[in-house]
Amino acid sequence: MAILVDKDTRVIVQGITGGQGTFHSAAMLKYGTKVVAGTSPGKSGEEVHGIPVYDSIREAKEAQDVTASIIFIPAPYAGDAALEAIANDLDPIVIITEHVPVKDEIRVIHEAKMKGITIIGPNTPGVITPRAKQKIGIMPGHVFAEGDVGLMSRSGTLTYEIAAGMTNAGIGISTALGLGGDPCVGLTTIEAVKMFKEDEDTKALVLVGEIGGDAEERAAVYIKENYDLPVVGFIAGRTAPPGKRMGHAGAIISGSTGTAAAKIKAMNDAGIAVAEKPSDVARLLKEAM
Amino acid sequence: MKLFEYEAKDIFRAFKMPTPPGGVARTPEEARTRAIEVGKPVAVKAQVLAGKRGKAGGVKFADTPEQAEKYAKEILAMRINDLPVEAVLIEEKLSIQQEIYVGITVDRNERKYIVIGSAAGGMSIEELAEESPEKIIKMHVDPDLGLQAYEAREMAIAMGFRGKQISQLGSFFLTLWNIVNAYDVELTEINPLILTTDGRFLAADARLNIDDNSLYRHQDFIQKIKREPVEQNDRERMATENDMAYVELDGNIACICNGAGLTMATLDAVSLYGGKASTFLDLGGGADAKRVEKGIEIAMMYPKVKAILVNIMGGITRCDEVAKGILSSRIDGDITVPLVIRMVGTNEEEGQEILREAGIPFLKTMEEAASKVVELVKEVA
Repeated sequence: MAILVDKDTRVIVQGITGGQGTFHSAAMLKYGTKVVAGTSPGKSGEEVHGIPVYDSIREAKEAQDVTASIIFIPAPYAGDAALEAIANDLDPIVIITEHVPVKDEIRVIHEAKMKGITIIGPNTPGVITPRAKQKIGIMPGHVFAEGDVGLMSRSGTLTYEIAAGMTNAGIGISTALGLGGDPCVGLTTIEAVKMFKEDEDTKALVLVGEIGGDAEERAAVYIKENYDLPVVGFIAGRTAPPGKRMGHAGAIISGSTGTAAAKIKAMNDAGIAVAEKPSDVARLLKEAM
Repeated sequence: MKLFEYEAKDIFRAFKMPTPPGGVARTPEEARTRAIEVGKPVAVKAQVLAGKRGKAGGVKFADTPEQAEKYAKEILAMRINDLPVEAVLIEEKLSIQQEIYVGITVDRNERKYIVIGSAAGGMSIEELAEESPEKIIKMHVDPDLGLQAYEAREMAIAMGFRGKQISQLGSFFLTLWNIVNAYDVELTEINPLILTTDGRFLAADARLNIDDNSLYRHQDFIQKIKREPVEQNDRERMATENDMAYVELDGNIACICNGAGLTMATLDAVSLYGGKASTFLDLGGGADAKRVEKGIEIAMMYPKVKAILVNIMGGITRCDEVAKGILSSRIDGDITVPLVIRMVGTNEEEGQEILREAGIPFLKTMEEAASKVVELVKEVA
């Protein structure tokens, strides 16, 4: 089963004729994702790697059975692209784009929520379910082995690092999910935990957090009260100075909130083993399972 | 992008929000002129993008224009939080009946704007939250409707105001909301908003941060204020121009990685093995050889750097490109400190082959690499 993406997911790539859209459409196809359509206003009738291109999602939906979207549209227009996907009832909608203005994010997330649609990101590597050989995202598929551990994270390459460590240790993944590096993202950490909780194929969780906000603290409280399976954590940014944005817009310690110490403490209080370095995650998982 | 108090107040006034009479001065003589224009005792306030300027001695009260000139001279010579004071704001000194806090920011958890008010202003909102959290009133803004007038009045009522003060204070919230909307503000505070002894509400201070990701929508404004949106040194500017995330720290090991989370984790690993990072440099996704070379060049410009750690987890970044970039830097003689490389992932074999041929060693795990670079730095020192 896994979460969010499975063998029935049929994906449209918004911004398929751009460099990123073209490159990752090929990578998704190669991995096994059912990429059935793309959009690029004014380029209807063209093809990218054999995928038909349409002027709008509305036009694509008339010709193709599309269920989910991935967005590679530049930041100034990404909000508009997401609203188009929401209007056409696509779910989930994965927004890869970085640097989307927060005002646009708030509007998009609100509209999606009103319709019960899941937004993943912005500023996310996306979501991958190895068993179904499906990914809506930009992550290297070969790093993720199939298995029964749910992995969620606010960053991209750090997720690959941890997934590769798990794979080397013989631990597979049910679904890996990038929540996004921005302060405001659609699917929250707690919501992701709830999804994994409902998933029969997920027998343990890895929660990869980083400095900024208090999503990890909130998730820890939820896990303590509601989630009985093993959870292992990792927090990036133990040595980050306050007041500096560490690459991600959301990775900033403001005043006394958002420190790694507070997150690690909240996770430990909830019975979550927190790894000191990425390679410890696999070992802690083995101990906990 | 953080605005100076006087820049924020220019926006406040453009939206008809009451502020104390006064103006900005860049020299002691200008300060004297401003004080003469005000015609009353004035406050002389350092204009710096740092909090706690009052505690640092950056705010003084002058009874005469001569005194204002003298204080301005002192304050303009100061550095606050290591930042030079390049201007002072001269404003009428207010007689205070009450100090109030009002602000709007983004609630990351609710993914909505949140309006915050307190009748006990003056201290920071963090201090207030510790001392008397019951005095902080909060309200989320409906993303479809925006803040409504009745909600602004409800804020004032909940803060304890009555009579015509309800609408007077409420209008500050509404005006702030309009500014947030117009300028893509991610954080604004008026602290204190002052209720004077003669019953006027005035925005005595102003904090306004514009969302960096929205700056493309505010080019007219940025040109109008005639300064760079963000103060940067040469290295930071070069990183920004090349779309790399770059943060300088006070250690001596430059960490060049791909991805913000991995870079943070690499800094942490260096610290775990007893070292200290000088540089957070995230090359971003899909860096080619040129980009890697540029990253190394920027890192080497920082005098504190005693060693470089390149840590790449190749996804869309290809290890052969990274290896080519490192090799090219090496041939150009750009790298004058010990270098430790760890790279795995896409095109790992090809990349390692390039390094092997050039006789450049590399490691397989991030832990080995972090401990190795710490060891090398100790040898150099």
